[in-house]
Amino acid sequence: MSQSNAHSSGELSHLADEESERRTPLIADLRLWAVIGIVALLIAPHFIYPVMIAKVLCFALFAAAFNLLLGFAGLLSFGHAAFFGFSAYVTGYCLQSLGFSAELGILAGTATGALLGLLIGALAIRRQGIYFAMITLALSQMVYFVCLQAPFTGGEDGLQGVPRQPLFGVIDMTRNINVYYLVLAIFCFGIFIIYRAVHSPFGQVLKSIRENEDRAISLGYDADRYKLLAFVLSATLAGLAGSTKVMIFQLASLTDVQWQMSGEVVLMAVLGGIGTMLGPILGATIIITLQNELAQIGSLTTIVQGAVFVVCVLLFRRGIVGELSHRWNRWRGRSDGRGGDAPRTVQES
Amino acid sequence: MKLLRTMLLAGAATALASPALAQDGGISDDAVKIGMLLDMSGPYSALDGQGSVVAVQMAIDEMGGEIDGKKIELMTADHQNKADIGSNLARQWSDQNNVDLILGGANSGVGIALQEVTSEKNIAYINNGAASAALTNENCAPETGIHWTYDTDALANGTAVAMVKEGNDSWYFITADYAFGHKLEENAMDAVKANGGTVVGNVRAPFPTQDFSSFLLQAQGSGAKVIGLANAGTDTQNSVKQAQEFGIVQGGQKLASLLLFLTDVEALGLDASQGLTLTTGFYWDQDDMAREWSAKFEEKHGSKPTMVQAGMYSSALNYLKAVKEAGTDEAKAVVAKLKEMPIEDAFSRNGKVRADGLMVHDMFLAQVKTPDESKGNWDFYNIIRTIPGDDAFRKLEDGSCEAAKG
Repeated sequence: MSQSNAHSSGELSHLADEESERRTPLIADLRLWAVIGIVALLIAPHFIYPVMIAKVLCFALFAAAFNLLLGFAGLLSFGHAAFFGFSAYVTGYCLQSLGFSAELGILAGTATGALLGLLIGALAIRRQGIYFAMITLALSQMVYFVCLQAPFTGGEDGLQGVPRQPLFGVIDMTRNINVYYLVLAIFCFGIFIIYRAVHSPFGQVLKSIRENEDRAISLGYDADRYKLLAFVLSATLAGLAGSTKVMIFQLASLTDVQWQMSGEVVLMAVLGGIGTMLGPILGATIIITLQNELAQIGSLTTIVQGAVFVVCVLLFRRGIVGELSHRWNRWRGRSDGRGGDAPRTVQES
Repeated sequence: MKLLRTMLLAGAATALASPALAQDGGISDDAVKIGMLLDMSGPYSALDGQGSVVAVQMAIDEMGGEIDGKKIELMTADHQNKADIGSNLARQWSDQNNVDLILGGANSGVGIALQEVTSEKNIAYINNGAASAALTNENCAPETGIHWTYDTDALANGTAVAMVKEGNDSWYFITADYAFGHKLEENAMDAVKANGGTVVGNVRAPFPTQDFSSFLLQAQGSGAKVIGLANAGTDTQNSVKQAQEFGIVQGGQKLASLLLFLTDVEALGLDASQGLTLTTGFYWDQDDMAREWSAKFEEKHGSKPTMVQAGMYSSALNYLKAVKEAGTDEAKAVVAKLKEMPIEDAFSRNGKVRADGLMVHDMFLAQVKTPDESKGNWDFYNIIRTIPGDDAFRKLEDGSCEAAKG
């Protein structure tokens, strides 16, 4: 609940947060779940179409990167498509025109995301709240127009038929299953980085800035530096996700840099539960699966999607994972004899 | 009996057709599977969408729902104008459903992505909605991919050449400022100049634009006889509406839209769009065959078909005929067969599929009727003249599909 008014000062709920974090009830479980999740993903391609899961993983990483900023630093960026999409173009160009191998192409795209994040972040973090969102939106629209006009992006046709260059020059990437495991490795790496960042002193400072920026500054933290660092980290990982996507679909298109994509990633994070580790992953899975499965029911696609969002907003105000872990904690609290109100928000599920 | 006939047909076809066919005869997994990927809910859903599905179903019904006892199956999906969704579904259909033909609808970005996937997976691919000439140029896949209804070259070229020949020899362009608009403008400019016309000037309007007044006033002030609109969709609708408010057509200048669909005219109304000159690949009232088919289509779908929907019907029908004749649904063999067949049906006049995958057929130069001329619903165009396919479309040797030039 505290996420929604991240910037209002004087909220005392963070005290309750701190308490719940000290108890960290789900941490042990989370590790267990992580192992189960990875094992499941390792064998999943034998049961589900691998290209589809790879796509879900890409968007899950993207949403998790976005969530790092919104959920843990309280910064609502409305321009994350710029990092995701532009990195995709750079990777596509490197693979197609410069003949880079897969890992170099992805690195180049990721570095572009970082650089772009530094530029946009340095400007945007000077303002807060809605103004921050508007600045990121404006700057990402500039990136969009560059992609629309620049000769190397192929205009509205996008970059098409990007070759799947071999990984390290030797591993054949033309097989879907190989690409899948590459994507899985990148996904785990990205999520691990986010996990480490959130559960480090750096992450603690970010959370304190989210809860009360003035107080964090008064304690001697250079809030702007922390915010910029979080922004760059988030942009880099978004870039990594975008670059990886090129390996799957062999294309980079305007869809990925359009503002609608920035909105979509907000939806993924909010639907799953912002400020949770699993939320954005679940949110991305739901949205991508909906897009893919509903595509085949005909002209009702967008209507059904809309209805799903309405239902989720009405029933899961903290996002699906946020709501579930909230209920779980309340139930636990009750069975511990601590009353229903002990942990008010849960950040660690 | 049926089996015998299939075998005989397959044998005959194998004996007759190109060497590519020799590798395998017969229809794979006992069904001819057609997958359609189009915009069912977005900006192109009116001109393409459900109407295209109805049209393809009509083609399947016309073939009796089966070919030599093998069922014809139809799958459809909404690509939501996202290249990755389209490409994902195409891959999935190929890997899991063994789809034989993919029919692609509007949106060039998705269209080209599908061309890449289908050529990699060896699936026949026919695009009807996408405008981009890249499908048969730099992104061509001549062995599996066909571009059926129209492309930017044919539209821009057709309108520009025909109008210049009628003495409308000075042009001013209002161009949507992105690659598609630039390409359309370039094509039309070349055609104008090659036929002895002059280009007085041009202006680039950002994409998308709500307010065209300054661009229209510049165009009006230029004194050009024709104002060419190198844009599409809502840009076209906005510019045409506002041109009417400025009294451009009434003032003696002509308005030429380089990409306009029947549904655009319906949305604009005849008051706003009267007098507009355009090129179209199909008009429901073009001749008896088209009228007859369009009436059946209207019964099922509730509106007259656009050129994209008619093209969908035509491409599905001819594909199925080619499968029947070739006796196999192997993509390269069927596409090779299509290239041998004359394409003549409710949609196409004097059609042939060229080596680079472009379906060259007669186009029509049309002018939007005035409200007085129109006899009612859907009576929108006067067909001024037929543009023979070879004049309308780009020449094979001028294209950049190296694989087809050989």
